[in-house]
Amino acid sequence: MRRSLGAVRALLWREVIRFLRDRNRVLGALLQPIMFWALFGSGLSASFHPPVPGGTVPYEEYFFPGVVVMILLFTAIFSTVSIIEDRREGFLQSVLVAPVPRSIVVLGKVLGGTCLAMAQGLVLLVLAPLAGIRLTAAVLGESCLVLVPLAFALTALSFCIAWRMDSTQGYHAVMTVFLMPLWLLSGAPFPSLGAPAWLRAIIGANPVTYGLAAFRRVLYPATAPVVAGLPSLGLSLVVTLAFCAFTFGGALALASRTAHPASA
Amino acid sequence: MAPLMSPPASVEVHGLVHDYGEYRALRGVDFSVGQGEIFGLLGPNGGGKTTLFRILATLIRPAGGRALIFGRDVVREAREVRLSMGVVFQSPALDRKLTVRENLDVQGRLYGLGGETLRKAMDDMLQRLRLLDRAETRVDRLSGGLMRRAEIAKGLLHRPRLLLMDEPSSGLDPGARQDLWDLLGGLRESHGTTLLLTTHLMEEADRCDRLAILSEGTLVAEGTPRELKGEIGGDVIVITTAVPVEVRDGIERRFGGPVQVVDGTVRIERPSGHELIPRIVEAFADRIDAVTLGRPTLLDVFIRKTGHRFLGDQAA
Repeated sequence: MRRSLGAVRALLWREVIRFLRDRNRVLGALLQPIMFWALFGSGLSASFHPPVPGGTVPYEEYFFPGVVVMILLFTAIFSTVSIIEDRREGFLQSVLVAPVPRSIVVLGKVLGGTCLAMAQGLVLLVLAPLAGIRLTAAVLGESCLVLVPLAFALTALSFCIAWRMDSTQGYHAVMTVFLMPLWLLSGAPFPSLGAPAWLRAIIGANPVTYGLAAFRRVLYPATAPVVAGLPSLGLSLVVTLAFCAFTFGGALALASRTAHPASA
Repeated sequence: MAPLMSPPASVEVHGLVHDYGEYRALRGVDFSVGQGEIFGLLGPNGGGKTTLFRILATLIRPAGGRALIFGRDVVREAREVRLSMGVVFQSPALDRKLTVRENLDVQGRLYGLGGETLRKAMDDMLQRLRLLDRAETRVDRLSGGLMRRAEIAKGLLHRPRLLLMDEPSSGLDPGARQDLWDLLGGLRESHGTTLLLTTHLMEEADRCDRLAILSEGTLVAEGTPRELKGEIGGDVIVITTAVPVEVRDGIERRFGGPVQVVDGTVRIERPSGHELIPRIVEAFADRIDAVTLGRPTLLDVFIRKTGHRFLGDQAA
């Protein structure tokens, strides 16, 4: 058990070091969503007032939690893309022949990605007052509690996709047609209220919707119009945790299938 | 049961078979490697070397047959097998963004080392591989030779009794290659480490205690380099000519066979080749560009056994 923890910690630490040594990645992963928020938020605020029960909400404010989720998703993608090349000719080769169970390998990688995603998400989160969202220590703490499982699930999901890919080009294709829509149709850039029924159905079936709903619910008091009509906090958390379990199980199954599972 | 006197072989392979879809990469391979031996797997690209390597490294499961490392099955006892061996891949498995020491640190923790034990193991390994002054250098700033040394340090960190190496000197210049071999020899002397390596370089194969030649998924020869060369016996005559087939047929008619054409040259193995040469030259002077006479080399053995001339760099 202690050995396994040592191995997980080493793999997690490696992800963090790698990330910090890559200045471009730090900047890219942070600046892009902030730019997105600043440009789309202010650009669209004049023409687009997302409808909420009983009125509308400024777009910068509506869009903000969605941008935090976007950071989580982008960081998850960036931290797993290395799997594709690492596995056949790189660092991962030696991890796969080490006497550690595959669950430890997957856990180390996914937790590493989760940490990075959370760190970046937090940098943006503290800017919430700029978007007109009140931030207290309690809200910040609760936000972390709901964002961690979402970041974990998104990293595990990216892990699954990266593991099956032969090329980074393929990964980009999947990202565009699968991962981005996952974010687009989660209520992040526009609410499901007022969307056509078929779109509402997709948004309702998307697990990311629930992670984002949980996040909005801890940002606002229960009576705020912005959160009216969203799934309840309880349901959102249950779905998000199930999303974690499902994606992590998938990652584990994939990583174990191609080579022997190491016992113990 | 093996008698208690003899320890289990380092590596034992019985009837190993592997397929990639329709393609059969290994067609029933058997061999064993004694403890402390330097054993080479020689073969053309696509001959099955890499597949065999990946099976022994516990990366892929064989479709049939068994492979044992120190008496333990690579599939059913993967964890024990992994603990008892170090693996050095052909393509670097170091994290290039990390320093040499950081790489060793991660590796050690994956093998259950930690604290003082790990620190000592790292210092010892860095010293043995003469990497102490580069310990804090990021891997992507190392030369090819140093990178390979760091790679080996990583593979040896947990003191395995067997080191598997895939094409250990690929990408190294002759100086670095010599260094590597001095190191590997020393390792066997001081720790009795068994080395199993794949190679397509004859000069490297010549340094092994024993060799197995793998071609088209089968072992076509096995023995010490001396034994293998002895099988050919006598001399090898190589004739360079613009019309190899014509010359071959002519020689066969006049002096008897076997005579081979390999990659545009005519090859003859004879007990006393020097006596034959003047007669051949006399008979075919107008068609011969050059004649060489030599003792059989591993390359000759290889050509005889596989019908290939060039090992590396051709399409697999």
